[in-house]
Amino acid sequence: MLGKKVICIISVMLGLLMIGGFVYAKGKYGPGASDTEIKVGHTNPYSGPASAYGVIGKAIGAYFKKINDEGGINGRKINYISYDDGYSPPKTVEQVRRLVEQDQVLLIFQNLGTPTNSAIWEYVNKKKVPHIFVATGATKWGDPQGHPWTMGWQPNYQSEGRIYARYVLEKLPKAKVGILYQNDDYGKDYKQGFTDGLGDKTKTMVVLEQSYEVTDTTVDLQIVNLKNSGADVFFNITTPKFAAMAIRKAHEIGWKPTHFLNEVSNSIKAVIEPAGYEASQGLITTFYSKDPDDPHWKDDPAVKDWLKWMKDYYPEGNIHDRFYVYGYSAAQTLVQVLKQAGDHLTRENIMKQAANLKDFTVPMLLPGIKINTSPKDFRPIEQEQLARFEGKTWVLFGEVIDASVR
Amino acid sequence: MENRTETTELLEVKHADPLDTRIEGWKVAGVIAVLAFASLLPFVMSSYRLFQFSLAFAYAIALFGLNLLTGYNGQISLGHGAFYAIGAYTTAIMMEHWGISYIWTIPVAGFICLVVGFLFGIPALRLTGLYLALATFTLAIAAPQLLKYFEEWTGGVQGIVLSEPQAPFGLPLNKDQWLYYFTLSILVVLFIVGWNLLRGRVGRAIVAIRDHHIAAESMGINLPLYKSLTFGVSAMYTGVAGALGAIVVQYVAPDSFNIFLSISFLTGVVIGGLSSISGAIFGAFFIQFVPTYAQDISDAAPWAIYGIFLIIFMYAMPMGIAGFLQGLWNRLRRRRLVDS
Amino acid sequence: METLIQQIIGGLANGGIYASLALALVMIYQATDVVNFAQGEMAMFSTYLAWSFLNAGLPYWLTFFLTVGLSFAGGILIQRVIIRPVETAPILNIVIVCIGLLVIFNSIAGWIYTYLIKPFPSPFPEQPLKIGNIFLGFHNLGAIGVTLALLILLYLFFRHTPLGLTLRAAAQNPESSRLVGIRVSRMLMLGWGLAALIGAVAGMMVAPIVFLDPNMMSGILIYAFASATLGGFTSPGGAVLGGFIVGIIENLVGTYVAFIGTQLKFTVALVLIIGVLLVKPSGLFGKAAIQRV
Repeated sequence: MLGKKVICIISVMLGLLMIGGFVYAKGKYGPGASDTEIKVGHTNPYSGPASAYGVIGKAIGAYFKKINDEGGINGRKINYISYDDGYSPPKTVEQVRRLVEQDQVLLIFQNLGTPTNSAIWEYVNKKKVPHIFVATGATKWGDPQGHPWTMGWQPNYQSEGRIYARYVLEKLPKAKVGILYQNDDYGKDYKQGFTDGLGDKTKTMVVLEQSYEVTDTTVDLQIVNLKNSGADVFFNITTPKFAAMAIRKAHEIGWKPTHFLNEVSNSIKAVIEPAGYEASQGLITTFYSKDPDDPHWKDDPAVKDWLKWMKDYYPEGNIHDRFYVYGYSAAQTLVQVLKQAGDHLTRENIMKQAANLKDFTVPMLLPGIKINTSPKDFRPIEQEQLARFEGKTWVLFGEVIDASVR
Repeated sequence: MENRTETTELLEVKHADPLDTRIEGWKVAGVIAVLAFASLLPFVMSSYRLFQFSLAFAYAIALFGLNLLTGYNGQISLGHGAFYAIGAYTTAIMMEHWGISYIWTIPVAGFICLVVGFLFGIPALRLTGLYLALATFTLAIAAPQLLKYFEEWTGGVQGIVLSEPQAPFGLPLNKDQWLYYFTLSILVVLFIVGWNLLRGRVGRAIVAIRDHHIAAESMGINLPLYKSLTFGVSAMYTGVAGALGAIVVQYVAPDSFNIFLSISFLTGVVIGGLSSISGAIFGAFFIQFVPTYAQDISDAAPWAIYGIFLIIFMYAMPMGIAGFLQGLWNRLRRRRLVDS
Repeated sequence: METLIQQIIGGLANGGIYASLALALVMIYQATDVVNFAQGEMAMFSTYLAWSFLNAGLPYWLTFFLTVGLSFAGGILIQRVIIRPVETAPILNIVIVCIGLLVIFNSIAGWIYTYLIKPFPSPFPEQPLKIGNIFLGFHNLGAIGVTLALLILLYLFFRHTPLGLTLRAAAQNPESSRLVGIRVSRMLMLGWGLAALIGAVAGMMVAPIVFLDPNMMSGILIYAFASATLGGFTSPGGAVLGGFIVGIIENLVGTYVAFIGTQLKFTVALVLIIGVLLVKPSGLFGKAAIQRV
């Protein structure tokens, strides 16, 4: 009698242990995660005025495919769901809600654009969905207090602006500065960092600011005005098309200031070549990643790997388009976070691991630049290095600068 | 071209006779049935879908406004996105700068747009066809630029985040369900008002102005007043739509209100069916859902698919979806009459 | 003073860009009574075709004429296949079809050629002309010259050739034209073909200045529309002049009106155009439609 009961109880306990162990061994899961897959949500402007950035989304997809082909992360495949938001904030809201409520993704990754991300960041923080490595350099994304679920990735624009300001104050204290900026959040953020860096000297040093709209045909008008203002330092905050036009026009009208070019537009193929090598001599910019077109990196193994990846997984992609490097590197960062999370794939843990990157590097970053995050530091990459354009290549100079926004 | 004025040249639209003021019983029953069905949806649809529907309802109100001006009154507008923006920002500013509850922002948004639209309608009186289109186009271009310019009020390029509206009186509805009912009720009210307007003398005057404006004038219709008023009312509807849209999305930024929005509205009105009230609803659902559907079909070039849809719709349904369905219905009725 | 002249010259340069596309818009309006919203994208697509030929190694002028020819044929084809089914529909339907074409061309160009900007060569010398302290881009001058040459050719064509006369007749009075034996449908196709041709030339002249990318013409189309409205949709010369005026106003407002600066310059230009329209409701040189009671 007792025997039977004992056997019963023991079998039940064993059974429970097995089930418990079964469940435990397989891991803890939040929405979007299971033994076999991890759902990653993403929105990007594949259409509309910002469609040039759509390739970032495609590059990310191609990288995840490579990871999946190699066995996935801890045995799980990445299920990458990416929707078009046309750079329209209401559409972003719609698509992100679809990802979170209908597709039940584990996290939102690398959404592009400042207004688009602004439209959803209250929502994702309320719903406690990791909103990480957003694809914009706006400074506001590194706010662990106010928005504990949102994190940036690239060095933010303000810190880059400060780097140039510091250079000007140190090396060109008597300069007269002219600024050309795109009239949107990106342009204004850069300008803010720059003027913050100049501090009180802004009023005396900045002689003219000119803005332009993305719908403008050329920036010739602005460049002529800047030249006429007598400026001998020029901070050029333009996207690639306009950057090329600005550089070319300045050269054409014989204006040769010390010319700082924002990192967004320092691609050799996309900007320097159309502007003209001759016109681009002496340009100063910052880098945090490698430009695969730069002869300097010709034999670099990381660049070779990247080229191989493009050939295998995205042959129709343009190897001269820096956005592919960007997407590739951001995707690698996410893979690291997922690896660190192991079998504990809940939203809380993803966020915890994202805030727990220590001296992590991805191959296409400049040597010496490391990704670091902590519960108080939601800015993964904060280092950049200055470079000057000489001959046909960018020549890095100085030290790797840590440009955390004070 | 022939001895026709530009206005009628542009809009040779056949429409249901607005003088037919009889309300057929079954039509009322049909409308009530649809409304009843719509009211039950929040209990079966996901929050995300309810969000999409609420936005579609807001667009429908905007399209009704545009329809009033372009379909019934023959004045083309490429600038209604601007009125939508004005409504949206009115709500955003009132809610976030002055802490006013979202409900009160709606009539204010409507009123402001009524005034702005009317004022715009006055100089627009001199313009017809393409030239009027350009003038309205100016509105569409100016809106985002002005919004960026007046930063202290509008938050500039960063936009304004709106706080979440809650269901009043502690009703057991979540935000999405409540907003669905809210937008649906406003839509129903505005459509009934508009429908009554169009059925009566005002509607006849408006259509007469479109079709035979010289005759209309000689019959004593005050052309300038009516045309400007139509502009104003049209803007008012669109402004209310914008306010609702802002509340549903909870965010406004200049990027949301560019020229493409105005073009979408025009597209919605034509695809849905000019000169038709139900056209506004069909058009709204088209512009809300078809772009997403197009992306599901083709990832590579989704807008090419959307463009193909536009062209096919224009071939197959030249009177818009509403016109097409009306035509089907008429044919069915004729056949039944013949059979009986 | 120098700044003034330089900015006026800059305005003329930009204006030349607007004028060339405005010419295509007016062309198609005159021939078919339709404002083709897809004109800019068609021009952009033609320019990409040219780029493909150049990339394959063809010399510039061969590419130029080949592209122009293909665009002419393409325009005819589009009219025949896509526009004809909705020819008799209300005008707004045709507008929607054109919008459909716009998104199709834009989307396909982006898909095939990606969004990376591409430099496009110019047949004119690169070094700018320098007079005192004022710089004139050779290419800008050349582009303006080409636009004016096109304008003159069109004028001669419409006024002094039988075919031109036929085209005008078919556009203005299709019923009567048919009665005298004019094949109106052929004329419509010709109209679209000519507009596409002009668009291709415009694209190839514009691309060296603003670089080639799928969204190259989106902003310019809006300016072209404004220019044609200012000058009058029924007057090609007016549209070209309108383009120059818009370019100059923009530059001057952007330079000299401090509080508006560069932010609202286009809005100001548009408001000024509306002002002109209130005085001359059909544009500066447009003909008002006559109403018979």
